[in-house]
Amino acid sequence: MKQYNIQIDENGKLRHFLTTEGLKRQLLVDILDHAENFTSVGNRSVKKIPLLRGNTIANLFFEPSTRTRTTFELAAKRLSADVLNININTSATTKGESLLDMLRNLEAMHCDMFVVRHSQSGAAHFIARHVAPHIRVINAGDGSHAHPTQAMLDMFTIRRHKKEFADLRVAIVGDILHSRVARSQIHALTTLGVHEVRVIGPETLLPREVQNLGVHIYHDLHAGLANVDVIIMLRLQRERMTGALIPSEREYFELYGLTPEKLAFAKPDAIVMHPGPINRGVEISSEVADGPHSVILEQVSNGIAIRMAVMSIIMGNRFGNDEERE
Amino acid sequence: MSNLNVADLLKTVATELKRHLQQTGIEKPLMIGIHTGGVWIAKQLHRELGLEEPLGTLNISFYRDDFTRIGVHPQVKPSRLPVTVENRHIILVDDVLQTGRTIRAALNEIFDYGRPASVTLAVLVDRSGRELPVEPTVTGTHLELDARQQIKLEGPEPLRLILLEPELPVTQE
Repeated sequence: MKQYNIQIDENGKLRHFLTTEGLKRQLLVDILDHAENFTSVGNRSVKKIPLLRGNTIANLFFEPSTRTRTTFELAAKRLSADVLNININTSATTKGESLLDMLRNLEAMHCDMFVVRHSQSGAAHFIARHVAPHIRVINAGDGSHAHPTQAMLDMFTIRRHKKEFADLRVAIVGDILHSRVARSQIHALTTLGVHEVRVIGPETLLPREVQNLGVHIYHDLHAGLANVDVIIMLRLQRERMTGALIPSEREYFELYGLTPEKLAFAKPDAIVMHPGPINRGVEISSEVADGPHSVILEQVSNGIAIRMAVMSIIMGNRFGNDEERE
Repeated sequence: MSNLNVADLLKTVATELKRHLQQTGIEKPLMIGIHTGGVWIAKQLHRELGLEEPLGTLNISFYRDDFTRIGVHPQVKPSRLPVTVENRHIILVDDVLQTGRTIRAALNEIFDYGRPASVTLAVLVDRSGRELPVEPTVTGTHLELDARQQIKLEGPEPLRLILLEPELPVTQE
């Protein structure tokens, strides 16, 4: 039987955006190229273009988020779409309505796209499998599985600073175990052909399967940062930790927190990234987070352009297919 | 067949444009070319007219009315308007004017940057096939073409106008 990839349509184009895993390199490069064009929209007096006028996009956030939700909302609004923000904690699911019933209702309201954030891995896939055929789904983070738009905005930020992926050594530092961002980044970095991806962290926070992704594992920050071009710090996800995975935050900072002294192990022009929200003094010191190597706030701006790119590519593909069917 | 020599047509557009600017008393106009052919033409006109303000470029793909059919293409360079359009006299330049839809999109985009004092439209070739009430202020030539005939500008070096005749229908067994 032919392999079925739910996020790719019959023409090999992006239908949903659920994970960076298994996508062709050209598809990722297309997203980055589109985003490059969309960055200019944010610098204009009228920060709006008419591409998605008349479309309705529902942000379904089953888990709290500020940065991701607001940048998705801004991206949709800059494309002239109408946006519904549905905060599920306060909505009808607490009154016992099932998820599928809620989807049917949103479909009945003629929504065109769902942006889904959920604490369970696979939630966005589940929704993509059960929505009406004309509806498109973007994964805005599911459990510890994937956060593809975050990974792509990180790739975009790297490309804007470093140009060629093939020359780069990239280190991802910290809580890999709970990080959907790290998984999506590793798939994207590998597909884009970086020279080396390293993951650095204590054994308790590095899942064993990460070895299968073709990365090099380090438990020592000094050794791991040697000669790297890009440092991606991850947030210590205390809310997802059920056991005692680290001795204390203080000790964690001693060993894995990024300080100016440790940053000096990397290349002199290394950039420091963080998907946010940052825990100052836990995984990164304020001197580094606010310092000259940090591109953390650029990542936020780039997030809008990447989300505009993904939304417009997916909706453009949908229109193209509708036309062919007629 | 009319003369399709680009250099001759450019000379006509430049002369007409100078006369138009004199007649209307427009000083320090801001020239904007539409990607990709319009930018090639605008570069030449910009030099010929000795304009002081840097040339602006417009990528109208975010404003096209056929997005719902063809999606977006990332290859074209983004718009670049180095000077504010607010209250300025603009010369909008394109290579071929046919349906008028590109100009409609370009005007929409320009107005998202500000409110220009006026917009003058200069095109190298004005051909038949209008679908919107858009007319050029200045044109190199006017061509009456069959709807299936295509005229396109090739470039950037050298600039050449190509007339594509409809292919004969291929009979299939």
